[in-house]
Amino acid sequence: MPTTYEPIATTTLGSATNQVDFTGISGSYTDLILVIEGLASGGTNYPYFRVGNGSIDTGTNYSRTYILGDGSSASSGRDSNTSTPTLAEFLTTSRSIITIQFQNYSNTTTYKTMIVRTSGASNKVEANVTLWRSTSAINQIRLAVSSNNFASGSTFTLYGIKAA
Amino acid sequence: MATTYEAIATVTVGAGGAATFGFTSIPATFTDLLILASVRSDRPSNSIDNGWVYFNSDTTSGNYTKRRLWGDGSAVYSATTYDLDYYCPGSTATASTFGNLYYYIPNYAGSNNKSFSVDSSQENNATIAINNFTAGLWSSSSAITSITFDLNNGSFVQHSNATLYGIKNS
Repeated sequence: MPTTYEPIATTTLGSATNQVDFTGISGSYTDLILVIEGLASGGTNYPYFRVGNGSIDTGTNYSRTYILGDGSSASSGRDSNTSTPTLAEFLTTSRSIITIQFQNYSNTTTYKTMIVRTSGASNKVEANVTLWRSTSAINQIRLAVSSNNFASGSTFTLYGIKAA
Repeated sequence: MATTYEAIATVTVGAGGAATFGFTSIPATFTDLLILASVRSDRPSNSIDNGWVYFNSDTTSGNYTKRRLWGDGSAVYSATTYDLDYYCPGSTATASTFGNLYYYIPNYAGSNNKSFSVDSSQENNATIAINNFTAGLWSSSSAITSITFDLNNGSFVQHSNATLYGIKNS
């Protein structure tokens, strides 16, 4: 019986880094889920992610709409035509979680929609939907930061989910 | 190949209800934990109750940090209450309606503090219902071996239930 939920790759950082890539992602799944847990190093970091087919798309082909709460107020906003669809920041002393769901990631017909949840108990909780305006299949994912790093010990795991 | 996503246990509240319920003796053999739960409270004279999950019988307020975002159909709010992760129906909510809870706990058996993520919904086909996101942190280096669901006002009614899944990253 084929496995429905399968780990594709996992990385536990042995040292601080500003970028983690997943490449050569098989197109044999239906959806992907990326789970990130950890800390920032060198100061609060400001992560973002990008995707691509054969190479990472660094163009302004992303947009997102978000809702967030920081413990005292709630807000919503959006970014259009961005090259760095952002994720809520990681802190250096309080661990955070990011999950990104990539629905129907390998089809070559539609633009790609991702559902992002960030949980930072000491800074903010956020949900957003991100759109990559490309009909190409996703076979590369990049997590990066615009300043500081992901801390050593942070984990990044990619899972594949198969429909029946 | 080892199973990636495995049901560890299911608990269901029986007749008479329960003040708390949960899981004990959780093995350390997985990478992450996922809980899917369906709960309802007997809180009198109220359509909504709220509650939280605590780990390893630790109810010390200073050991939990929370950021919460929720909407009730007319407005959105945010708060940091240490013992409030989710909302669920109370006794006067639409009959036979239970709230849904989703807890994700990565790296639960490691030696770092334990971060977790909560989504909950409490749709009631009424004037007030709540959708909620919570970011949580349990400041403990201990592996999680028990998880307890608790309510802040009532008790869990019969048929409230939760299933604990283990997820392996390799």
